Amino acid sequence: MDTLEIIHPGSLTTVQDLGRNGYQQYGVPVSGAIDSYALRLGNLLVGNSEGLPSLEVTLFGCRLRFLADATIAITGADLSPTLDGKPVDMWNCTTVKRGGILAFSRLKSGCRAYLAVGGGISVPVVMGSAATYVRGHIGGFQGRALRAGDVIRTIRFEGSIPVARIPSGYIPNYASNKIELRVTLGPQDDYFTDNGIRTFLNSAYTVSTQADRMGYRLNGPRIQHRAGADIITDGIPLGAVQVPGDGLPIILLADRQTTGGYTKIATVISPDIPLLAQAKPGDEVAFRKVTQDEAFLALQAYEQRIQQLAKLLGPDTVRFDNV
Amino acid sequence: MNNGSPHFLAGGDSAIFVEFGNTVSLELNQRVHNLKLAIQRQRVPGIIETVPAYCSLLVYFDPLQIHPDKLRQTLRRLVDQPQESTISRPRLIEIPTAYGGDFGPDIEFIAKHNGLSVDEVIKIHTGTHYPIYMIGFMPGFPYLGGMSPSIAAPRLETPRSKIPAGSVGIAGTQTGIYPVESPGGWRLIGRTPFRIFDPSREPPSVFQAGDYLKFVSISPDEFASIQAKIEQGTYAVKLNSI
Repeated sequence: MDTLEIIHPGSLTTVQDLGRNGYQQYGVPVSGAIDSYALRLGNLLVGNSEGLPSLEVTLFGCRLRFLADATIAITGADLSPTLDGKPVDMWNCTTVKRGGILAFSRLKSGCRAYLAVGGGISVPVVMGSAATYVRGHIGGFQGRALRAGDVIRTIRFEGSIPVARIPSGYIPNYASNKIELRVTLGPQDDYFTDNGIRTFLNSAYTVSTQADRMGYRLNGPRIQHRAGADIITDGIPLGAVQVPGDGLPIILLADRQTTGGYTKIATVISPDIPLLAQAKPGDEVAFRKVTQDEAFLALQAYEQRIQQLAKLLGPDTVRFDNV
Repeated sequence: MNNGSPHFLAGGDSAIFVEFGNTVSLELNQRVHNLKLAIQRQRVPGIIETVPAYCSLLVYFDPLQIHPDKLRQTLRRLVDQPQESTISRPRLIEIPTAYGGDFGPDIEFIAKHNGLSVDEVIKIHTGTHYPIYMIGFMPGFPYLGGMSPSIAAPRLETPRSKIPAGSVGIAGTQTGIYPVESPGGWRLIGRTPFRIFDPSREPPSVFQAGDYLKFVSISPDEFASIQAKIEQGTYAVKLNSI
């Protein structure tokens, strides 16, 4: 079913899901929504299973027209979404009539919004995923970012729309210009001096202008290595904090290369990745060390909360698991 | 062969590195591939995927399906009790390659730089079975070992902005193949018509880490005929067990 027509893609609009697993062994990045929390909640709000493909809308300028009636939810950054000129209630389910025009005109907080559509967006599955890896021309809509004139299909929506509203505690506050990211040290924390580790954990860093889906390069105090920043190339987990020879940290995200040859001082824990995904150049980032056990408990609590919400929003969500 | 216990290094809450050592060697790399194979064969629940590198295997997992402590125990068992069926058996993959001319504009430089003739460069380059230590850097890019230092050469001072997919090049003492069109600074000596990486194929890469590559010299006419076969979908790459 043709559902959406891109009038203007804005800064960057791509189709994303929860990423492409199993192909990093061939050098293919995971990709997927960099704020996976917002993507998952958006899907739950429209009655989809949580990982269905949605649009990731970056910064501002995206405008699209509905070619069919649809149920949508907008989550993530507040990019001042309007439907036919009227503000749309975010983190909520909205029905749109054929011909409706949705626009993201102005950035208020965060930097990436997610548009979930009841039934889910339909693009060819490449290596098990709908996620777009723009650099490698892989997946999504013809392997690329969306352009004016593109028509996006969706799967026919046959479920019922959840009636419950999302409790306000589930809506993140992206308005702060300061975030704290919890990290576990390693895998190569032993390549840094004690002083270097202290610098990393006790300093305020700022997001540089080199911040995209691949990674966020930070500015701030330089982190001291014991003897050089090079390692024998190995894999790069999501959230790895890589410190090359210049001593400045780079946090690696969804589109990160699968392997790399620089030291990784720490790894941002999974529940905190979405916070970083909404940070903008100039925002302040601080790191707080947690133990492996604390990281495990934090992830467990985070996932439980999402599952509770899935239950609250209705049993119908289960029906779409195999779509 | 180093049979010491591997180190486990944390990669956050959902990934763990199994590090067998800290050098580039075929023995260590073989242990990486053996563990990868053992994990695949055992279908350990909760393991999402693994990424082999020179001397470590990065294991992605869902800690809510398999607790990190349990995962470590399982990995240790798989390392300590190798089964005959989980010793990876490398394959040898032949890469038909047209050398020189437009396919390899830098081959004369490589020859001159090393005091060799172009034919000698080709003979040396095709005379080796190159181990694939890992795939990374870009989709489908093989990290090859084993190139003869007698055909080594520095990278270009100014990288080319566009290198055709399938280009075979040399950088320092490494040789490699560009899986897709991209910019790059390797000295180009030839090109294969074969698509070593194709997202629409399953698996997308014709080889996997642990396999070996051999370059086979072909003429420009053979390049054209193989290319035609590839477009018709009738070309089969040569795979041999070794």
